[in-house]
This record gives sequence, structure tokens and C-alpha cells, in this order.
Amino acid sequence: MQHFISPVLWQFLIKWLTNFAIFPPEASSIAPYADALYFFLIFISVIGLGAVAALVVTFSIRYRQSRHPVATQIEGSTLLEATWTIIPLILFMITFVWGALLYFRIYSPPPNAMNIYVVGKQWMWKIEHPGGQHEINALHIPINRPIQLTLISQDVFHSFSVPAFRVKREVIPGRYNTVWFEATKPGVYHLFCTQYCGTLHSQMIGWVYAMKPEDYEAWASGSTSGHSLAQNGERLFAALGCNSCHNDTPNAHGPNLAKVYGARLQLQNGQFVTVDDAFLRDTILNPTLHQVAGYAPIMPTYQGQVTEDGLIDLVEYIKQLDSDYRIEQTIDNSASQPVQTSATPTGTSAPALPPGTVKP
Amino acid sequence: MSTIVSLPDQSTATLPKVSYLNKEYGLKSWLLTGDHKRIAVLYMISITFFFFIGGAMAALIRLELLTPTTDLLAADTYNKVFTAHGLIMVFLFLVPSVPATIGNFLIPIMVGAKDLAFPKINLLSWYLYIAAGIMMICVLVFGGVDTGWTFTTPLSTHYLNTNVVTAGLAVFVAGFSSIFTGLNFIVTIHRMRAPGMTWFRLPLFVWSHYAASILMVLGTPVLAITLVLVVLERTIGIGVFDPSKGGDPLLFQHLFWFYSHPAVYIMILPGMGVISEVISTFSRKRVFGYTAVAFSSVAIAVFGFFVWAHHMFIMGISNYSALVFSLLTMLVAVPSAIKIFNWSATLYKGSITFETPMLYAFGFLGLFTIGGLTGVFLGSLGMDIHLTETYFIVAHFHFVMVGGMLMAYLSGVHFWWPKITGRMYPEGVSKLAAVITFVGFILTFFPQFILGYLGMPRRYAAYPPEFQVLNVFSSAGASVLGVGYLLPLLYLTWSLKYGKIAGANPWQATGLEWQIQSPPLTENFAETPIVTHEAYDYEWLANKTRNEVQTVG
Amino acid sequence: MDSQSVAAQTVETGHIEHEHPPFLRHHFENVAQQREAATFGMWLFLLTEIMFFGGLFCAYLIFRNWYYPAFVAGSHSLHIWAGTLNTTLLIISSFTMAMAVHAAETRVRRSLMGWMIVTIILGCGFLCVKAYEWHDEWVEHHVPGLNFNPATLEHGTKAYPDDTLAPDMAQKTSVYFSLYFAMTGMHALHMIIGVSLLTILLIGAYKGKYVDGHVAPIENFGLYWHFVDIVWIFLFPLLYLISRHQ
Repeated sequence: MQHFISPVLWQFLIKWLTNFAIFPPEASSIAPYADALYFFLIFISVIGLGAVAALVVTFSIRYRQSRHPVATQIEGSTLLEATWTIIPLILFMITFVWGALLYFRIYSPPPNAMNIYVVGKQWMWKIEHPGGQHEINALHIPINRPIQLTLISQDVFHSFSVPAFRVKREVIPGRYNTVWFEATKPGVYHLFCTQYCGTLHSQMIGWVYAMKPEDYEAWASGSTSGHSLAQNGERLFAALGCNSCHNDTPNAHGPNLAKVYGARLQLQNGQFVTVDDAFLRDTILNPTLHQVAGYAPIMPTYQGQVTEDGLIDLVEYIKQLDSDYRIEQTIDNSASQPVQTSATPTGTSAPALPPGTVKP
Repeated sequence: MSTIVSLPDQSTATLPKVSYLNKEYGLKSWLLTGDHKRIAVLYMISITFFFFIGGAMAALIRLELLTPTTDLLAADTYNKVFTAHGLIMVFLFLVPSVPATIGNFLIPIMVGAKDLAFPKINLLSWYLYIAAGIMMICVLVFGGVDTGWTFTTPLSTHYLNTNVVTAGLAVFVAGFSSIFTGLNFIVTIHRMRAPGMTWFRLPLFVWSHYAASILMVLGTPVLAITLVLVVLERTIGIGVFDPSKGGDPLLFQHLFWFYSHPAVYIMILPGMGVISEVISTFSRKRVFGYTAVAFSSVAIAVFGFFVWAHHMFIMGISNYSALVFSLLTMLVAVPSAIKIFNWSATLYKGSITFETPMLYAFGFLGLFTIGGLTGVFLGSLGMDIHLTETYFIVAHFHFVMVGGMLMAYLSGVHFWWPKITGRMYPEGVSKLAAVITFVGFILTFFPQFILGYLGMPRRYAAYPPEFQVLNVFSSAGASVLGVGYLLPLLYLTWSLKYGKIAGANPWQATGLEWQIQSPPLTENFAETPIVTHEAYDYEWLANKTRNEVQTVG
Repeated sequence: MDSQSVAAQTVETGHIEHEHPPFLRHHFENVAQQREAATFGMWLFLLTEIMFFGGLFCAYLIFRNWYYPAFVAGSHSLHIWAGTLNTTLLIISSFTMAMAVHAAETRVRRSLMGWMIVTIILGCGFLCVKAYEWHDEWVEHHVPGLNFNPATLEHGTKAYPDDTLAPDMAQKTSVYFSLYFAMTGMHALHMIIGVSLLTILLIGAYKGKYVDGHVAPIENFGLYWHFVDIVWIFLFPLLYLISRHQ
């Protein structure tokens, strides 16, 4: 094609067409479904507007005073009222069901999703991969893999939006929100903050880099800070003195946290809860609200003593705790590793994984 | 039955010797009046003033958005400008626009009463409005506020050092102005209807104001207490919205939107009332399906209270509660659709003329339909995830509020201008202004739907360069729109002195207000009317016109 | 006049030409309509007040559900005698206000003034007790945002030794006290407005304004006063009586 038109003109056309896009690229698995719903909505809107416009225009012409000087008084028609009540109602109900299905899909992450933490603060996005890669205003992800984002704000309301993926989630202080997607096309896509958050709200933007798996692995191994989040968490766990109560000695004051993630616990008030990220975070900050049955309410609160980043590190650490309170080393950086204070005498570390591996 | 109604010969009309305008002279007689008509005029002048301030803010916004970078305004300034635009337009223009001006003027006359139930409270309402307006101007003068009109916490409580408290209190005071107006209307409509004026003989204008008043009275106090809590949190430091103190910022969202969603129905319902009157008059026909339109107004008011969390779908509310609110949102869309169809059907077999109020009404029909349908887009959960907080929302609410409500307001102002002032506006230039407004509006706001789907977020001072073309279209349209709004200011003012004398019923409309002189007497009716005919009874009007000599003055 | 063609000469309008009580406002047809409109207006206004307080009650509901132990400890720290005294004062003042309305209806001026004065005194008494309580909260460092110290609530009191709270739950008592001050403060503001209005009405009563058949202002003020009383009757158990049964 390029040979039939001047290459200059062709380039201009491409540029004009891409800059005149009226849709963002469909770069996630859910995007085509969102676009399909959008088309349906446009379709019924065109029909609805067309119907109204047709009626108004036709009647205005046919019954204008010069042509129809005598108006006929008509009270109404129950049949017509019923018709134009029921038909819109049906169309709106279809929209409701379709939209609800899409919503549940977007906000119900699959169990095998790779989790990445996002901390929003005025006015930047801090993205923390479990393997220890830290990014600011950028998010590198592999395509064809479900990715779950665990979002929290350090200050005010923000909103994490990737139009190309058709996903968006509010990022609020005080609790985790999650959203998931699966990128399908390699490329670089806009990341926006869409909840007004103060002066530099319009600068709180960045890029999502969807990469082929091998490119992603290369990036991940080259970008790590040297310590995974869980390793940071292990350090923090000791620094804050958590291991004085949470260890696996027989007379420990607090519950053993090994394998607690995903477990079903009974609380003091008889309720059962499943331990997830939000539970862990909230228990660190408000232990009395999640008092586990069988333990005295002596855990101090860490409100104000640990940042959201620290909480993420701790949550990651606890998530990966197996039996012996030592996480497997993901990076062979023993030279730079600080001395770990472990509460257990038996601490055989697992064989080190190749550098750059991200734990599943 | 068919009716022939022709417009009277106005060349012999003269202004009545005594009317509410010249009954008393002097500033005190205006500032201490109890006459609902004078209060309506006071309101009309004040809201026009604030409209143009809000409009100036809009002009600044669109000028800044001509380019992708923040070159005209600093980011902070831009944030203050769009906040001022929102606060002024919502609370100082849209909420009082039709009810406080046209509603105040007409409700007593339409029900056959001499005044509203509580004239002193009506005046208090205006003074509260002025106080709120002065406070808002103080906010602007003292450096503005940049919370956005939605006062989202914790931004507004802990992370800004602009005039949040003053702005919050200004809205609080404006809210009470609104509550008292609504209270007055409800009592008047219930208790002061003339003999023979049953509920179903009331003009649909009254029904829609009744529905809007219910919302004003029940919804606004919740906004008031929410703002009080924000002020307390900001000044004293109570922590009901602060997670680090055990509070919950989502609680603010629930409380705020519990009012602010019904608020949009407060804004639109009176406009819908205007459209009923205008379409009926200029088709010379009773509104099709009077009962359906009347009940749909009340249905919108009732359902409108149960959909507030559709502003919070992505905030982390439970998926199941999102389901409920989405379903209810779809249900609240149905009465509006019913109204649009009823109005369109009113044109059927009518005898239609295209004076300026009718042109604005047609504009309303088209633009409100688009705006309302895009509301269905947003009420659909999965679609809302992509569209919320983008320019799609901005386009949606401007279509319903500006393309809908503002057009309805202008329609009403033109329609009842002869009644309020005794003079006609100039038809030629007013038609031109209507068309300019319509074209300018579409050019300004339609590209914003596209921008929204592309993902451009709202409240952005700077944006990625690929969005510039559409933004330029939008700003170009805004300049046309500005002309469309300036023209009425000019020619309506001109008409006060030079407009043609209107006479009592220049449109040959039914309704009690058209059976009295223009402008009306202070006490509206020389004697209490006894109503024997239905609303929009053109046969009755035709009989009456045949049987009497048309005298005016 | 065009309006003549609308209305036939009205036979029964109720508009008695120039022969009506001086307090009839001219936009009303008759005294009955004026009275009904005024009463309706007051009930509608009270409905707005319900919505106004409703926001606070809604917040209370949610936070009490989340932080029940904190609410219990906070409630126990209030002076039950003060709350009970205030409740008694208000209930009696509602009675005296009802008697005042009765006096206006039976057109006994001295009686009306007397009952109004007693109501004012009772209302002021309420406000004095409230002021004492607030001062006490200040002294005990229970004012959120200004001098709040949760440590004072971590250990039980003499009366409630089991009221120990972990530090994070003790911090949540600031939410309880925030709502306490917001709700009682809003209520007190309405009391102050009520007492002020009642004083103005008292002056009018002295001049004989309300014993000539024009009872609507007294009746409608009575409605307002009873409403403020009822709000307190909700506030008292919600704030003072959480888990008091021992």
C-alpha cells in the first residue's frame, strides 16, 4: 500500500488516524468485552435518539401551524405509555445485566493472578513488585498473565486508571482495593490518576509497559533493588519486635504466623475470617478489632509507626512464611545481606533460586 | 375536539397602569418586599450575576485546555478555577435557577393564590442566597478554594490550605435558601390552591416543582450536616473521615452523594416543568399523558433518593451493593424516558409554531435525551469502570444540565418574559441566539464524550498531546456558546425599555397566569379565581376568547 | 380585569371584606387557612431537621457497630446523673411548653407568660448542665482534635473496672467523642435557638399578641420545642446508656 501513495502522505495518514483515534487500544483481555457493551449502548442510544428526533422533526413539519391550523386535543394513550415504559425498561435491564457481569469480571481476580502492590501518594505512583522491583509512575508487566494490583493511598483519594485495559479503581487511604487485568498486546499504555487529588493531579501520570514474557523476565532481573518485598518485611518484622510474640516457640504470646495467609481463623467474637492482605494490614494497625480467639489482647498497635510501604513489606513477608520464619532467598546477595535475627535455632535456608526469579 | 387559537393583535396593547412593578417605588420597597414576584425578580438578577462569574470560570478552563500544558494558568489556579465553576454553577445557579425565579413568580399565580404561604421566609431565602453568594465571592477574593465542588475528604480536611471552611459554609447557607424555597412551595401547593383547583388540574409546572421541593426539603439537610462535619474535622480535628483516627473517608462519600444525587433532580425537574408548559402552548395542545408526566415527576423524586452510590461504583463498595444501586439507576432512568416520549407525542396533531421558547424546548428534547442516555452508559456497572472520572462524565452532566436545564431555563425566561415584564423580547435575534447556543453546545461537549472514552481524566490542567485536537474543538465550541449566552443578556435588557408591549396573553396559552394582566398586580388576582376547567384546556380558552373583547391595561 | 372573566363573582370566598383579625396575613383567605399552612410548614421544617440529625445518627450507627468496646468505654465515662438530670429537665420543659400552648388557646395571658418563663428557665438549666459536662470532658482530655488523650480510657474506672481497652481501641474512643460533641453540640445549638425564640415570643406574649386567637406561633414553637426534646430522648440512651446494665 505504501508504494501506491507517497510514503510521506502515508505516514501523515497513519499519524492523523492514530491521533484521531476515538477508542483507546484494546490491550487487555477484558477490553473487547467493554467495547462490545459500549457499542451496544451507542446502538440503543442512536435508536432512542433517532426515534425522538424522528418524531419531533416529522411532527414539527407535518403539524406546523401553516399546515395544520387546528390542533386535535388528545388526552393520552395507556397503550403507548406502557409501550414506551416497557421497551426502555427492557433495554435498560439488558444493559444492567451485561454491565453487572462485566463489573464482576473486572473486580474478581482469578486465584493465580500475580500480585503487584501500588501505593499512591501525592503526586506519584509507587509500584512495588514482590521480587523487589520498585517503580515510580511506571508499571512493567508481562502479557498473557493475570495481574492483580493491590492498591492503597498514603494520603488522599486517587484513582488508578489504564484506559487501554478498560480498568480503573479508586485508591483510598486506610484500606486495600484490588483490580486485575490480563494484558494481551505488548506496548506502552497510559496510566492516569483520575481522582482529583490536589495541585499536581494532572502530573500523576505514567506508563504501563506490557512486555512479552521473556522481555519481562529480562527487565525484572535487571531492575531489582536486591531485596524482595518479603525480605524487607523480614527485616522490618524483627526491627519492630514482632518476632518477640509471633514466633514458633511453645510459649509464644502471639499466634504462629507461618502459613497463616489464606487460613480460616476464629475471632474472639465467634466470627470466622479468611486471612487476606487486608486482614493482615488491618490487624497490624488495629489488633483489637481482629482479636483472634484464644489469645490475650496485648498486641500493640503500629499505627503511625509503619508506612504503607512497610505494611506491604510485612504483608508480603507473612504471606510467604512457611514453617521456620525464614523466607527463601530470592536473590543471591549474601554479601550485602544484613544479619538476620531469627527466633528459631533451626534455620536452614532453602537453596538459593537463580537471581531475578520472582516467587510465584 | 379541535381548537383554533390565534395570537391576538398586539399593536394596540398598552401597559397596565398599576402592576407589581410600579405599586411601590424605592430600594426599600424592593429589599423588604414580601411580594413573591419582586423576590423572583431579585433572584433573577442575582443568579444572572453569578451565572456570568461561573461562565467566566468556564471560559478560563476552556482557554487553558486549548494546549496540553499548563501555560495559561498554573495547576493550582486551574484547580481553583474549576472548583469555582462547579460550586457557583451548581449551588448559585442551577439549583435556584428555575424554582427561585420562575417558580417563585408563578407558583402562587398558577395555583390561584395571592402569594406564597410564607412571604417573609421567601425573602429570607433570597437573603440567604445573597449571603452565600457574598461568601463565595469572599472565597474567590481571598485566594479561591481547590477542593473540587465535591469536597472529597481527606483532601479537603487535611491536605489543602485554601478557603475550604468558607466555601463549605457558603454552600451550607445556600442549602438553607433552597430548603426554605422548597418548604414554601410544598405548603403553598398543598394549602393555597384556589377553589376548584384540584391536584390534577394543576399545570405540570407545579407538579414538577412539587417533586423538586420534596427533594430540596429532604435531601439538602444531609448536605448541611456533612459540611458541618467537614468543617469540624478541618478546624477542630475530629476524625470521623480520617482513617488514621478510626474514621472512614467513604462515609463522607455516602453522606455527600446522598444529597448530591437528588440535587441533580432538584436541578432538572423544574426545567422539565417549563418544557411541559412550553411544548403544550406552542402545539396548542394538552400535554399528552398528563397523569403519566405528573407521576413520573414524583417517581423521579422518590427513586432519586436511592441511587446515590452510583457515584461510588469504583471506590470499593461491595459488589453486591453496586448491583443494587445499578439496578435502581436503570429504574430511575425510565420516568425521564416517559416524559421525553410524552412531550414528543404532544406534538402529534398539534398546531406548532416555532417561537424562541419552543426552539429552546426542542433543543432540550434532543440534548437531554443524549445526556440521559449517556447516564444509562454510566449506570451500567462494567461500563462505568472505564468511563467514570473521565471527560465522559463531564460531557454527560453538561448535556443534562446545560443542554437540558439551562436551555429549559432560557425557554422559561423567554416564555414568561412578557408576563414578568409586560414586554416582548425581540423574536429575531432571540431565535438566532437559540440556534447559536444549540450549535455551540454540541461543538463544545460532544467531543468530550470521545475524550472520555479515550481515557482523558477530568480535572486535568494538562493532558497528553494526542487529546489536543478534540480539546480545541471543545474550546472553539465554548466561544460560540458564550456568544449564545451573552446575546440574551443584551437583548432582554434592551427589551425592558424598547420591547413591544405584550398584553395579557401574547401566546394564547391556558393557565391562570395568562388570564391576568402583564405585569400582574401585586395581589395577582383582583378576586379569588374559581377554577372550573382542566389544565391545558384549549377549548375553554377558545370559548373564552370568542366571548370576550380582548382588553388589556 | 382579565381575572374577572376567570372567576364568577365568588359567593363563598371566606374573604370577609375588611373584617378580619389583625393577625390575618392578606395572602391567606382566612385564619383557618393561615393556621393550617403555618402548622404544615412547621411539621415540614421538623422533617428537614430529622434529615439533618439523621446524618449524625447514621454515622453513629456505623461507628458503634465497628468500635463497640470503645463506645462502651466512652459512654461509661459520661456522667449519668447529668444526662438523667438533663432528660428530666427537658421532659418537664415539654410539659410546661404544652401548658403554655394551652394557656394561649384559653387566652390566659399571665398563665401563658408564666409557663413560658418556666420553660425558658428549664431550657437554660439544661444548657448549664451541658456546659458543665463539656467542661468536664475538656478537663479529662476527651475532646478529639484539641486535647484528646486516649490513655485516660485504657484502664477501667471505679464504677466499671472491666472497661480496659487495648491502645488501638482506646484511640477509637475519639470517634465516639467526636460524635458525642457533634450530636450534643448540634442539639445544644437548637436549644439555644429555641430559648432565644421563646424569649422573643415571651415579649410578644407580654404585649398580648398570642391571647387574641393568634395561637399559631405558640403552637408551632411548641412543636419545635417538643422536637428538640425528642432528639434528646434519642441522644440520651445512644450516648449515655451503652451497656450500663450491670
